[in-house]
Amino acid sequence: MDVRVEIAGIELEHPVLNGSGTFDAIAARRAFGDALLADFPFSMFVSKTITPQPRAGNPPPRIFETPASMINSIGLPNKGLDGFLEHDLPRLSELPVPLCVSVMATSHGEFCCLVEGIASRHEVAALELNVSCPNVESGLIVGEQASETMSLLQAVRPITSKPLIVKLSPNVADPASIARAAEHGGADAISLVNTLKATAIDPGTLQPWLGAGRGGLSGPAIRAVALEQVRSVASSVSIPVIGMGGIEAGADALAFLAAGAAAVAVGTGNFRDPLAGARVRSELEAALAAGGRGSLPDRPRQVAPSTST
Amino acid sequence: MPPAAGSRPRSDADARVIAPPGRRLCEVTGNRQTGGYRIFSALDAAGPEPRAGQFYMLSAADAWGQRSGRPYLPRAFSVAEAHAADAGVRLDFLVEDVGPGTERLADLRRDEGLWVTGPLGRPFSYPRELGSDLAGAILVGGGVGLAPLAIHRRQLVERGVPVRTLVGFRDREHSGGVEELFGCCEVRLASEDGHVGHRGYVTELLAVLLEGDAARTAAVYACGPPAMLEAVRALCVEREVEAELAMEAPMACGFGACYGCAVPLAAGGYMRLCTDGPVVSAAEIETALVPGSGH
Repeated sequence: MDVRVEIAGIELEHPVLNGSGTFDAIAARRAFGDALLADFPFSMFVSKTITPQPRAGNPPPRIFETPASMINSIGLPNKGLDGFLEHDLPRLSELPVPLCVSVMATSHGEFCCLVEGIASRHEVAALELNVSCPNVESGLIVGEQASETMSLLQAVRPITSKPLIVKLSPNVADPASIARAAEHGGADAISLVNTLKATAIDPGTLQPWLGAGRGGLSGPAIRAVALEQVRSVASSVSIPVIGMGGIEAGADALAFLAAGAAAVAVGTGNFRDPLAGARVRSELEAALAAGGRGSLPDRPRQVAPSTST
Repeated sequence: MPPAAGSRPRSDADARVIAPPGRRLCEVTGNRQTGGYRIFSALDAAGPEPRAGQFYMLSAADAWGQRSGRPYLPRAFSVAEAHAADAGVRLDFLVEDVGPGTERLADLRRDEGLWVTGPLGRPFSYPRELGSDLAGAILVGGGVGLAPLAIHRRQLVERGVPVRTLVGFRDREHSGGVEELFGCCEVRLASEDGHVGHRGYVTELLAVLLEGDAARTAAVYACGPPAMLEAVRALCVEREVEAELAMEAPMACGFGACYGCAVPLAAGGYMRLCTDGPVVSAAEIETALVPGSGH
């Protein structure tokens, strides 16, 4: 079955990617050896978010299990731009699929330096902009404001002709308005959802469980919320949408594709099953065949927004 | 001159056994009570024989999530014993029912399916790998943490390494596994309530041993609750004794993906316990009392 997709000019063998920060291809290769490369679970690999300077990450505890989900507050530990280029990029370039590098910075100037440093490398096929961060110049979370999102895109867009994917936060009233701003600013694709803001209380001390106080929820518990946000965004923009949020089976992926996603990503599901991506892909093909379909569903026609809930 | 304690360079070239990619379905072959704990076994038909100190991510194939959506994530377990046979490797795990994940694993029935990923992580070293003058081993276990010391002891004895084994328990309800996992070998016991062995902490037995020649000729290997590990760490660092600790931390994936299992390093920053541990050298970590561990 032909399940190839094209995202912003990049041809992908199938529509299953990984969510940023949910699969470390270098560490996975250390655990599973080069056999991992022979049947790599994703059609494009999205890196953990890189920041301009190295970050150690948040103090532990960093994770908390919740019903059919988990809360994390990892804090973007990474080696910084220079460390990434020197140590990680050569290893990631050995993967058998295109590489998308996730980036985050807290000012337009730093974002531009980061995008320039990464996009100029031939090993990099695309960049994902993690906009769930504050702009220190305005104090606003970029991805929570249409104007901030548009101005960030306008700043970084002239730097590279490589695809720019904007990773949206679900913690907004109207994600479609942010997606439209990203499209107007020149984004090539949208990915969503990031985690939902969440908190856990230690039942013994009645204090916040997580070392950083609060974190983000992910897993099947958020799937229905993510599906609606993907549907809403896909019907509001014309650029491709990469849908994610609790996808753990082929049927989940098919639902996101039917809701308008051009591709999907497996995130927290990777933690339960390191080859979840490969399984989701084969289950997706089986589900399409069982439904008498020879190809992926078409994107739904854009419809007028509904005011009812 | 031997290197100072903990000066051993960290590298990828440790003796870890690489896991087959992904998880695989194994058959539960047994589950028996041992004191306040249970030992369950699974036949791993497709996996390699692990090194002592390595761990597996485990989840029941059925009814995982039976308690209102929990457990959701797999649970990390150090392997207590591994026996290779024609049909595969029989893996033994020691479990104490303390939450939704351990409750389900403690309830596994024969012929049930068990999802297994592993062996994962950095194993225990042999004494000569820690110092050319180290010929013996002292094992220090606490509670269910004695599990990885059982397979470590066997692998050491098979190599002709003299081993002394110390195991401590809180009380009668929180004890078990010694006879089943250590057989008839000599184990010195301690218990906080005095129901067996020395009344007090197992680390008191360790301190006595380290006053003798053992401190210069043996490496210490420990696994147990965070407070016990921290006592072992502090004692061994102070006396410049080579020591390795098998630690635990909240862990979602086990293969370096989630970055949840952060353990603070003595040099600053964090390690990922799943890939840089779970066996760490006492000198490389800041503390064994990591918030969130021991739950």
